[in-house]
Amino acid sequence: MSEQAHEAVGDYRYGFHDPEQATIRFDKGLSEQVVRDISELKNEPEWMTEIRVKAYHHFIERPMPKWGNCNMLDSINFENVTYFLRSSNKTEKDWDDVPEDIKNTFERLGIPEAEQKWLGGVTAQYESEAVYHSIREDLEQQGVLFFDMDTGLKEHPEIVKKYFCSVVPYTDNKFAALNTAVWSGGSFIYVPKNVHVEMPVQAYFRINAKNMGQFERTLIIADEGSSIHYVEGCTAPTYSTDSLHSAVVELIAMDNAKIRYSTVQNWSANVYNLVTKRGIAHANSVIEWVDGNIGSKLTMKYPSVILKGEGAHAEVISVAYAGEGQHQDAGAKVHHLAPRTTSNILSKSISKNGGRSSYRGMLQVTPKAEGCRSKIVCDALMLDDSSRSDTYPTMEVGNSTADLEHEASVSKISGDQLFYLMSRGFSEEEAMGMIVNGFFEPFTRELPMEYAVELNKLLELEMEGSIG
Amino acid sequence: MEVLKINDLHVSVDETPIIKGISITINKGEIHAIMGRNGAGKSTLANVVMGHPAYEITSGDIVFLGKPLDDYEVYERARSGMFLSFQYPPSIPGVQVGNFLKKSVASVRDQQLKAREFRKELNAAMEQLEMDKSFLSRYVNDGFSGGEKKRLETLQMLLLKPQLALLDETDSGLDIDALRVVSKGINEIAKDSGCLVITHYQRLLDLVKPDYVHAMIDGKIVMTGGPELALKLEENGYDWLEA
Repeated sequence: MSEQAHEAVGDYRYGFHDPEQATIRFDKGLSEQVVRDISELKNEPEWMTEIRVKAYHHFIERPMPKWGNCNMLDSINFENVTYFLRSSNKTEKDWDDVPEDIKNTFERLGIPEAEQKWLGGVTAQYESEAVYHSIREDLEQQGVLFFDMDTGLKEHPEIVKKYFCSVVPYTDNKFAALNTAVWSGGSFIYVPKNVHVEMPVQAYFRINAKNMGQFERTLIIADEGSSIHYVEGCTAPTYSTDSLHSAVVELIAMDNAKIRYSTVQNWSANVYNLVTKRGIAHANSVIEWVDGNIGSKLTMKYPSVILKGEGAHAEVISVAYAGEGQHQDAGAKVHHLAPRTTSNILSKSISKNGGRSSYRGMLQVTPKAEGCRSKIVCDALMLDDSSRSDTYPTMEVGNSTADLEHEASVSKISGDQLFYLMSRGFSEEEAMGMIVNGFFEPFTRELPMEYAVELNKLLELEMEGSIG
Repeated sequence: MEVLKINDLHVSVDETPIIKGISITINKGEIHAIMGRNGAGKSTLANVVMGHPAYEITSGDIVFLGKPLDDYEVYERARSGMFLSFQYPPSIPGVQVGNFLKKSVASVRDQQLKAREFRKELNAAMEQLEMDKSFLSRYVNDGFSGGEKKRLETLQMLLLKPQLALLDETDSGLDIDALRVVSKGINEIAKDSGCLVITHYQRLLDLVKPDYVHAMIDGKIVMTGGPELALKLEENGYDWLEA
């Protein structure tokens, strides 16, 4: 990394990149032909091609959102993005068969060790497509389907056709339309009735090439009485020009099922991270989003749950860290459509060095949702006076039996806390790191341990050199 | 051995003089008590020795273990063997006591701790202070009662084994049982260190016997005596010293 680039991004430890080894690379820019070419290259059924084309036209017609961060959004140059890049000709099942360069990248990120230690399955996506994929045999024997999305479509087109766009239609928003038009990669998971996947399954997304767009599409279906925990991590090198990550995630929890979806997003500070995540929760099911946003230039992401069946529960725990030049516009949306549904939303954000974090929330209670309960807590921690934190909560309540709580707080690290910790032998930076880690603890404790340790280390690194 | 030597110290906060010429020398094994009314400057003295950034030393100096402290950061003072038991310890939400203690002890001792040995040491100290194991998984001072906070302060002192212990109103908010166990902790540390005890009340000094008692009024020490001075102050107040 050059000296200046280093200064601009701080100590982003995943900022390395490998020489690009494309076997297929589309020209920059987007057109109906590009969309059709992606679909043809993947040998997709015609219905998928048609959805892609319709979504493309919707994307073109749909204006840019007029909220979030308009300046940053308007500066995205869609013509300067590479929409498809294939680095490897197939998805390997054996780690040794993954191309050397790509393997190096993931080894530096610790993927193979993590798999051996604590994962039920793993998929590693490099640029547009999965390069490695594996699932534990016992899960396979129980009928758990876990593929990259392209393989999922090939092997189980009937399931994909039934659920694709059923939770997030391409008309939902401009970036959902873009994703639907050019999607590639992502995960496809089906958990059969009453099967509990005890160990988390993980996907790791890595952008390596410059001006790359990554548009993975994930679909998780937990059939009645089943459960699964899915974990995703994301990194990219630091380039002077921007990359675009625009994913769509659709979750379906059938009656009495449970899905937990954990993310630690640590994109480099040149990535636009514009993601639509939504789940439908049927009767007495549980959907949990555990969503950490540490990296990226601009993140706009509001994990949502539609509580469709009676007694369903939604849990959204999110944290956002906004450093210099970053805007984290994150939050949560919960729609209570059925009686006795419940939700908890906990949002924590930290702003530092002029960074900006926003909580944007939507809570809807329909007239049918008798006796539902929701609690929203938003806490913001500001580390200096040049940073910014905003809250935009929206509530639409159509039922007087709803029991709703909303708490919000904005705080600064107090001089008393710093003095106390320093009197216990911690330097000012260590003390800040400790307070910051403590502030995020309600989130970190929900993560698998390896992720929690990693996140704490990352935040401690962010505190280094921050005392002026 | 001289642990702490304060020479004609003057301290201001926002240009308001609070301490107006104090000199004290504390040797190893000595317990010094400072008594005085609210606002006399007692807590300021403890904080300024620890290096609180809000206080400005306008003249005089503080020598700790033979070295002038001038530019020492708070954490450097801690690492060289100074400990302040806070009157109002702040809460650190999300940081578990067990983890915090381990990191703090490792910082001050400047070494990696062996997990098993530290656990043993910790268990013994907690037993001594009659603290339940459940303390370790709670967040530092978060939702603690006054007595629990003071026990945790004392626990930290036992583990850090300071050469100089500054105890700021350690007896406030303690019931009689808590006062008893906390005093035991202080006495143990006091054997091998210098100890400065700031208090309003005689009741702590019944359990922690001072070698010297200093009466402080308006930023100055107006009288120094033995344990009998504490009894006299308890009985007669401070007015007679102001004549």
